[in-house]
Amino acid sequence: MSSMHTTTVSERLSRKLSRNVRERAIELVLFLAASVSVLTTIGIIWILIFESYHFFEHVPVWDFLTDTMWTPLFSTPRYGILPLLLGTVTTSLVALAVAVPLGTVIAIYISEFASPRVREIVKPFLELLGGVPTIVYGYFALTVVSPVLQYFFPSLPGFSMLAAGLVMGIAIVPYISSLSEDAMRAVPMSLREGAYAMGSTRFQTAVRVVLPAAISGVLSAYILGISRAVGETMIVAVAAGMQPNFTMDPTQPAQTISAYIVQVAMGDLPHGSIGYQSIFAAGLSLMLLTLFFNIMGHLIRRRYREAY
Amino acid sequence: MNNQDIASIRGIIRGNRRWDLIFAVAGFLALTVGVLAFVTLFGQMVINGWERLNPDFFTSFPSRRAANAGILSAWVGSLLVMLVTALSAVPLGVAAGVYLEEYAPKNLVTDIIEINVTNLAGVPSIVYGLLALGVFVYMFGFGQSVLTAGLTLGLLILPVIIVATREALRAIPVHVREGAYGCGATQWQVVSDHLVPYATPGIMTGVIIGLSRAIGETAPIITIGALTFIAFLPASPISSTAPFINFDWLWSGFTVMPIQMFNWTSRPEEAFQQNAAAAGLILVLMTLLMNALAIWLRYRLRKSIAW
Amino acid sequence: MAKTELKTELKAETRDFNFYYGDFHALKKVNLPVLDKRVTALIGPSGCGKSTLLRSFNRMHDLYPGNRYEGAIVFHPDNTNIVDLKVDPIEVRMRIGMVFQKPNPFPKSIFENVAYGLKVRGERSRSVIEGRVESALRGASLWNEVKDRLQQPATALSGGQQQRLCIARCLATDPELLLFDEPTSALDPIATANIEELITELREKVTILIVTHNMQQAARISDFTAYMYVGELVEYGVTGDIFTKPVKKETEDYITGRFG
Repeated sequence: MSSMHTTTVSERLSRKLSRNVRERAIELVLFLAASVSVLTTIGIIWILIFESYHFFEHVPVWDFLTDTMWTPLFSTPRYGILPLLLGTVTTSLVALAVAVPLGTVIAIYISEFASPRVREIVKPFLELLGGVPTIVYGYFALTVVSPVLQYFFPSLPGFSMLAAGLVMGIAIVPYISSLSEDAMRAVPMSLREGAYAMGSTRFQTAVRVVLPAAISGVLSAYILGISRAVGETMIVAVAAGMQPNFTMDPTQPAQTISAYIVQVAMGDLPHGSIGYQSIFAAGLSLMLLTLFFNIMGHLIRRRYREAY
Repeated sequence: MNNQDIASIRGIIRGNRRWDLIFAVAGFLALTVGVLAFVTLFGQMVINGWERLNPDFFTSFPSRRAANAGILSAWVGSLLVMLVTALSAVPLGVAAGVYLEEYAPKNLVTDIIEINVTNLAGVPSIVYGLLALGVFVYMFGFGQSVLTAGLTLGLLILPVIIVATREALRAIPVHVREGAYGCGATQWQVVSDHLVPYATPGIMTGVIIGLSRAIGETAPIITIGALTFIAFLPASPISSTAPFINFDWLWSGFTVMPIQMFNWTSRPEEAFQQNAAAAGLILVLMTLLMNALAIWLRYRLRKSIAW
Repeated sequence: MAKTELKTELKAETRDFNFYYGDFHALKKVNLPVLDKRVTALIGPSGCGKSTLLRSFNRMHDLYPGNRYEGAIVFHPDNTNIVDLKVDPIEVRMRIGMVFQKPNPFPKSIFENVAYGLKVRGERSRSVIEGRVESALRGASLWNEVKDRLQQPATALSGGQQQRLCIARCLATDPELLLFDEPTSALDPIATANIEELITELREKVTILIVTHNMQQAARISDFTAYMYVGELVEYGVTGDIFTKPVKKETEDYITGRFG
C-alpha cells in the first residue's frame, strides 16, 4: 500500500468524494430503472382513461353499462359492454370449472401423494405445459376440441364458448397447480407429522390439515387463475367465435372483451375514431375486472394468512 | 385394549384408506388429462403440419396459395422483435431487481414499486397492447414497427426478470456481501463484481422464461396493429458499407410467428390449417426448448449451490 | 419411591431393536422395557438416538424414504410387533399418541384441534365429541383457560397453551401409550413447570415415554430412566438409582456433567 503514503489527505478526500458521487449516480440510475415499472402502470392507466374519456363523450356511461347490444359496426352503432362481459364471464367460468378441480387435485397429488421421482418428472412437465403459447391452444380448441365436442353433441356450433373455455381451463391448470403445490410444500413437516401421529391417512392429512394450512396460497392461485382466464385472448378469439352474444349459454358462440379488442385491432380503424376509442373502453373494463380480482386476492390473503 | 376395539379400529382405518385409493386414482386421472391434452395437441400438429415442414417453408414469404406460403418473414420478425425485447428488458429488469434488493430503502416509494411489480405481473397481456398502441405507436410515433413490438414485449416480461433477479440475489448469503465489504469494496463494486456474477444463472433462468413467454405472445402484437401479410424482410441490421450497422429495421413493418399462425388458423381452407399446424409446431418446439433450457439451468443451479 | 409401588406390567418393550437411516445404523440392539402407567424417560447427549427410538414407537420414520426397522417393539397386551411392516402404521398411531418438540397445533380452532382425532376415527355425534373435547381439555389442564374461546384459532394460544392443546388432542382419543419428544424444549420455565405437573398427573391414567435433554426434568417426573449413547442403551433402571448410584461409568460421567 505504498501509494497510500504518497497521497496527500486532500487527494484522498477528493477521491472519496468522487467515489461517493459515482456511487450516488449509479444508485440513481438503478432507481430510474426500477421506476419504469411504475411508469408502465401510470401509462396504462392514463391511456385507458384518456381514450375512454373521449369514448364516453360519445357514448353515455349508462348505456355502456346497461345496453345489451354491442354492435359497433352497424350504421347505428350500440355500445353495451354486457354481451362482451357475459362472454368473458362465461368462458372464464367454464375454464375455472376445469382448472380449479384439476389444478387442485394435481397439486395435492404431487405434494402429498407422489413419490419424489414422480414429482421430479411431473413438475417440469407442467411448467412446459404452462409455456405453450396460447395461440397454439387456440388452434387446438378449434381443430381438435370443437370437432370432438361436436361428435358428442352434434348441435354444437363450430365456434363455442364451451370449446374455448375447456381449452382455456387446460391452459390455466399449470398455473393453479404449481402455485398451489408451492403453498402446500411450504406447510411445515411438523404439521404433517402431527396429523399422521393422530392416525390420519394420507388423504386425511392432505385434505384436513395440509390444504387448510395452505389455503391462503391456494386461494391466491385460484385468483391468479381467474385473472388469467378473464384476460385470456387468443383462445377465445380463435375458438369462441367473434359475434357479441348476450348469453351465458356456453354452447353458444360469443365474443369476449379481449377478443373484441383483437378484432378491432386487426381491422384498419383510424386513430381517434370512436371505434378506436371503444377498444380502450373495453380495455378499461377488462382492467377493472382484473383489478377487482386482484384486490379480492389481496383481501383473501390477508384474511387467511398462513399461521403455522 | 381388547381385540374387539382393535377390530373396530381396523374397520375405521379400512374406511379411511378407501379415500386414499380414490384420491390416488383421481390424481392419476387428473395428470392423465394433462398428459393426454398435451399429447393430442402436439400429435395433431405433427400429423397435420408434418408435410409442410420442408426447407421451402422456412425460406418462403406468406402467399395466397397455401402450398407456396412460408414463414420467412415471421421467423425473421420474431427474431428481431426478441432482440429488441431482450436488449430493453434485460438491462432494465436486472437494474430494477438490483435496486429493489440491494439499494432500496424501506419507505413508501419502495413499497409502491414493489406492489406495482407484483400487480403488473397480473395485468392481461392485451392491455399492454393497448398501452403500446396509444403511447408507442401514436404518441411517440414509433408506428407499427419492430421497435414498438419489442418494447411492448419488453415491458410485458419486465416483472418476470425483476422477480428472477431478486430471487437470485436473495439466495446469495450475507457472508458473501460481508466478505466483499470487508475488503473495502463500495456497494457498487460488491454488486457488480460479486452479486450480479453469482446471480447470473438464476437471472438467466428468468430471462429465458420471460423470452419464451414473449415469443408466443400474440394479443399485444395484434393490438398494436401488426400486419399479418408481410412479404418482405426488414432491412438487414448489418450492411456491407460503413458504418456496417444500421437501425432501419427497427422502424420496419413486420410479422411474427404467432401472428402468422393466427392468420392461417382463422382461414377456413384446410390447406392453410396445415400451415398453421406447421407454424404452431415450430412455435411450440421453440418455447419448449427455451423452457427446458430454463428448467435445466435451474436444476443445475440447485445442484451446484455450495455456500 | 418404594420398590413395591413400581411393580407393574409391561406395556411395551423393544427387543434387539435396530434402526437404520439409509446406511447409517442409528439404533443398535436396544432392549428397553416400558412399564404400564409409569413414566419412562430417555436421556442422553444429542444424536444418541433417543428421539429416533421414540419416533419408532409410532412409526413416524415410515413417512420418510430409506428408513429401516429391525428387531421388534412389542406392544402389550396383544403382543403386536409395532415395527413389523405387516402391521398398519395408522393402527399403531391410533393407539399411541405423540407430543412433539415444537407445539404443532393444526391451523383450525381450539375445538377442532381436540376433536380432530375423534373425527379421523369416524365419530359423528356432536354430543360425544363435545364431551370428549371437554374432558380432554380438562385432562390437559387447559379447560379453564380456553372454555370461552373454543372457536378461536389454536395458533392464537401461547406456546405453553399450544403444547397442552397438543396433549389434549392426544388425550381425546384415549391413547394406550403417550410419547413425548422433548415437549418443553421450546417453552419458558413457567410453561415447562405446567407441562411437568401435567405429566405427573397423567401417569395415573396413561403410560408415558418421554425424551428429554434436561436431566433434572427426567429426575423430577420419571419413574424409570434409560441412558442412551451413540445408538445404544447404556443403562436402564429406577430413576432414583440412575441418578444416585449409576452402575456404568458412562452414565455417571453424563449425569455428573463430566461430558455431554
